[in-house]
Amino acid sequence: MPDTQPTRNAIEVRKLDFFYGKFKALKDVNLDIAEHRVTAFIGPSGCGKSTLLRTLNRMYSLYPGQRAEGQINLYGQNVLDKGQDLNLLRAQIGMVFQKPTPFPMSIYENIAFGVRLYEKLSRSEMDDRVEWALTKAAIWGEVKDKLGQSGLSLSGGQQQRLCIARTVAVKPKVILLDEPTSALDPISTAKVEELVSELKKDYTVAIVTHNMQQAARVSNFTAYMYLGELIEFGQTEQIFMKPARQETEDYITGRFG
Amino acid sequence: MDKHISSQFDAELTSVSSRVLELGGLVESQTRHAVYALAKFSSDVADQVIATEKQVNSLEVEIDRELSSIIARRQPTARDLRLLMAISKITTNLERAGDEAERIARMVKLILEHGGPRTLPASELRLAADLACALMHKALDAFARLDVNTALVILKEDDLIDAEFNGFVRKLITYMMEDPRTISPSLDLLFVAKAIERVGDHAKNIAEFIIYIVKGADVRHSSRDQVQAALE
Repeated sequence: MPDTQPTRNAIEVRKLDFFYGKFKALKDVNLDIAEHRVTAFIGPSGCGKSTLLRTLNRMYSLYPGQRAEGQINLYGQNVLDKGQDLNLLRAQIGMVFQKPTPFPMSIYENIAFGVRLYEKLSRSEMDDRVEWALTKAAIWGEVKDKLGQSGLSLSGGQQQRLCIARTVAVKPKVILLDEPTSALDPISTAKVEELVSELKKDYTVAIVTHNMQQAARVSNFTAYMYLGELIEFGQTEQIFMKPARQETEDYITGRFG
Repeated sequence: MDKHISSQFDAELTSVSSRVLELGGLVESQTRHAVYALAKFSSDVADQVIATEKQVNSLEVEIDRELSSIIARRQPTARDLRLLMAISKITTNLERAGDEAERIARMVKLILEHGGPRTLPASELRLAADLACALMHKALDAFARLDVNTALVILKEDDLIDAEFNGFVRKLITYMMEDPRTISPSLDLLFVAKAIERVGDHAKNIAEFIIYIVKGADVRHSSRDQVQAALE
C-alpha cells in the first residue's frame, strides 16, 4: 500500500485506559489514526482491539459499568467529554459489525431511516441520497430494481454492503469496521475489501480483523495489540516485512502461544 | 528459531532448507572436483563434474517448486517471508556456482584436447580455488546456522579471492608477452580463473542473504561501512 505519506490525523488517542467494571481492558493506549487512510487493528482474541474500536464512538456507553479514561480527539475534540452528544458522535463515526445487521425493513428504508434522524430531506433528495449511498457501497447495481424488498432477503455479503451503505449515508468522517468479513464467503470478502480501498478516498477507516492477510491487503497502517496494550504501530508494509518488536513478529508469523 | 503453532509449517521450512544444503553440498563438491581436475589435468574427474550438473539443475527446480507451494499455502510474513525470498536467491546463486564449476571442467577438457603446454601456471590457481571452495563451504555453514558473524567474515574474505584473481591475470600477461604461443592456453586459464572468482562472488551473495534473513537489512551493493551501519 503506497498511501503512507503523512496526512493530518482524524483521531488522536492519548493515554487511553478502559475498564469493564474492575477489569482493565486497555492500558495507556496512544495512537494516531490518519485521515483518508485505512488503519487495521490485529491481535489475538481478548487483546482489546474491538474494545478500542468501540471506545472511538463510545459504543460502550450503552453498557453500565464500562468506562474510558484518557482522551480520544476527533479533529481536536475529545469525544470522551461528558458534554459529547452521542447521537452526533455516531453520525460522525459510523460502525459496521461482524454480522450483517440490516433492519427488518425495505432496502430503501434501511438507508433512509438513519438519514432521517439527522437530516430533513425531501422525497427526491432522499431518493438521491439512497442511490448515492448504495452506489458508494458498491451494491446499487444489485439492488436498484428491488429497493422495496426486505433488507433481510439479501445474501450475507449484500447485507454487509447494505450496512456499509447505511453507515455511509449519514456522511460520517470515520468508519469503524469490526471484523466486517468474518461471516462472509471469499467473493463477498473480496468485494468488501475492494470497497474499503474505495471508501478511504472520502473517509477515514479503522478496521479490526482476525485475518492478518486481510490487514496486510487493505490497510496503510497496522496496530498490533496484546493484553490491552498497543505493542507496535507502524506502516503496514513495515509491520509485515520487518516488525520492530519480537512479540509482533511471533504473532504475524504464527509462532504465538 | 522459535516454533510455529503449525508444526507442519516448521516441517516444510526445514525440508526446503535442508534441500538448499543438499544443493550446496553438491555444488561445493562439484567445485572441489573441478579444481582437482584442473590441478591433475584429469579428464575423468572433469566428466564427473559435468555429469553432476543435471542433478544440480533438477534440485534447483524442486526447491523452487517447494517455495511456491509454501508461499501459496502459508502466506508467510516477516522472517519467514525473508527466509523464503532468500532461499530462492541463494538457490539461484548455488546453481550458477555449479555452472562455473562445470565451466572449469569443460576448460580442463579443452586444454587437454589442445594438448596445451603444461608449463603455464595452472597450479597457481590452486590458492584462489581453495579459497573459493572454503568460502562456499563457510557460506553454507553460515546458512545452516543463520550465523551473521560468519556471513560478515565471508564478505571480507571474498576480497582475498579478488586480489588473487588480479595477481593471476598479471602473471598470465607476463607469460603471454614472453611467448606468444602461450596466448591461446593462457586465455583458457583466464576463463578458469574468472570462474573461480565468480564462485567466490556467489558465496558472498549467499552471505548477504543470510544477513537479510536474520537482520532484515538488504546489504547488497553496500560498502563495508554501510553493512556495519545496517547491522547496528
